[in-house]
Amino acid sequence: MTETVTEAAAPAVPIPTTDPRVVRTIELIWREAELLDRKAYEAWDSLYTDDGFYVIPIDPEAERFDDILNMVYDDARMRRMRVTRMTEGYAIAAVDAARTVRTVSRFVPESVSDDEVIVRSAQILVAYKRENHHLWAADLVHRVRLSPDGPIGDRIVHKIVRLVDSESAVPAAGFLL
Amino acid sequence: MIENVMGSAPDELVREDRVAGRLYTDPELFELEMTRIFERTWIWVAHESELPKAGSFKSTVVGRQPVIVTKDRKGVVRTLLNRCRHRGASICEKPSGQVNGFTCPYHAWSYGLDGSLRGIPYPDGYEGVMEKRDLSLGRLRTESYRGMIFATLDDDAEPLEEFLGDARLWIDRFMKQGGGYPIKVLGRHQFSFRGNWKIQLENTTDGYHFPIVHRSWMASVDSETADMMSFMTDPTCTTHALGHGHSVMQMVPEHSDLDLDDRSEPLQGRFDDVVAELSRTLDAAQVRKVVRAMHGTGFNLNLFPNVSMSAAFFRVLRPVSVNETRIEHVAIGPDGPPELAVVNRERLRIHEHFQGPFGFGTPDDAEGWDRVQRGAAAAPAMPIMVNRGLAREKPSPEGWPTSHVTDETGMRAAYAQWKAMMSDD
Repeated sequence: MTETVTEAAAPAVPIPTTDPRVVRTIELIWREAELLDRKAYEAWDSLYTDDGFYVIPIDPEAERFDDILNMVYDDARMRRMRVTRMTEGYAIAAVDAARTVRTVSRFVPESVSDDEVIVRSAQILVAYKRENHHLWAADLVHRVRLSPDGPIGDRIVHKIVRLVDSESAVPAAGFLL
Repeated sequence: MIENVMGSAPDELVREDRVAGRLYTDPELFELEMTRIFERTWIWVAHESELPKAGSFKSTVVGRQPVIVTKDRKGVVRTLLNRCRHRGASICEKPSGQVNGFTCPYHAWSYGLDGSLRGIPYPDGYEGVMEKRDLSLGRLRTESYRGMIFATLDDDAEPLEEFLGDARLWIDRFMKQGGGYPIKVLGRHQFSFRGNWKIQLENTTDGYHFPIVHRSWMASVDSETADMMSFMTDPTCTTHALGHGHSVMQMVPEHSDLDLDDRSEPLQGRFDDVVAELSRTLDAAQVRKVVRAMHGTGFNLNLFPNVSMSAAFFRVLRPVSVNETRIEHVAIGPDGPPELAVVNRERLRIHEHFQGPFGFGTPDDAEGWDRVQRGAAAAPAMPIMVNRGLAREKPSPEGWPTSHVTDETGMRAAYAQWKAMMSDD
């Protein structure tokens, strides 16, 4: 895995969230959030490109993930194995996973072109399991490849989930962020 | 008929083959454990690679007491209570780093890396009241073995090497996974679970749960790795009790001593790319050494009470309360020339695959432990059984009580130590 993520400096003139290409991206991010809350992991995986990465780093500053320990650093192969794990019924954490509800908002478009959009956002997720609610707060970065075929073909090239407490102890999870 | 475990004194709660369920649930026992075990024995605090030079520090805890492990100007490793001598504020809230000393944020009392009080603002108010030399940070006895640094709050504790005893041989063997290089810490996962610390202590010496709880992980790895961990019916896979509550569980005995290599074992196909890259600069013997050790050693060494040297990582447990425990899974790898980056990259991916809050192994373990804590609330006198393999437990030639790797010899050893320490006023 040799993912390099260079986040563009903030554009001098903010990109409006009403830009139709940004709107498409935000709709994809919301679709992804809903699929994860429904635990529709096969459908979720299909939102990623074959060269796509799904990352939950520990180091809040990291931009490269190869040579450091992460919570999740999935290329397509690992992501597919993870989907199998979450759905096949052997993983007791996934079988009895917390129910989750998440909202994604505070969108900041970082760069936009006809082919690709990078959007930063905030995700607040509440997980409930056995009389306990747990709050998971994170900054997200989505890099989305726009399809010439329209929104149905848009795909995630990378998603980075930066938990506010990534350097502390979090519960072992039976769901995905 | 399995008898209940009645009574409430520590020596009544632990028998050879069973322990009372209230060992997981009784808050008074937890308080006693903190004073009689965690404030009395040797607690692992750091690996030497986490303190590379003078001024390096790491924050951690001994029992529930916050401490800072430092390397002072003279290179001496110290463990200091993370508590200002003035009004008790913590003097360091960073997990690790590099400093010249510590300054309390409240009234700016400042301390050296060795814990000595160096400076007090507006000192005239203390003239004739006290001397700075009397108010160093609290210092814990600190000793190390093969880079494993331990501290104790008990000045009268036996020397560390005595406490480790026969576990030292296994620490020596564990360190061979550096392939001729020292090992270093590469990173750590931290997670919490809602359960008692001893549930995790047991788990590191529980071969029996592996194919059941970790079926999902087994299904996701290559067949060579899955075969390597298929120890359930292999009679050569054994667990030894090593004394003082320590034990070693050998899942892959042919990798217990990595220096023993008749070269008949092929390197795993999954590492072909790593072998090719390393072979450009390293000789074949060296390449074989580091690649054969990619999954670490073939055993889990469970050191009572808070650290395990577990195949290719350290598992560190931290009791928070009777029903909450924090765990660290510390990834390690060889500390060698830059060419070994490819090895450590691979080790990091292997670690991420199983360990941590989103690994393919840890969340399933944590679910099992959570269920133990919830279930143990029923009938506190009903015993937790640790009798597996009792009838086939025999001494090894070294004199270590030994049974099959799936047996509960290691748990019995830990509970015997628990009982001895908890009964000792």
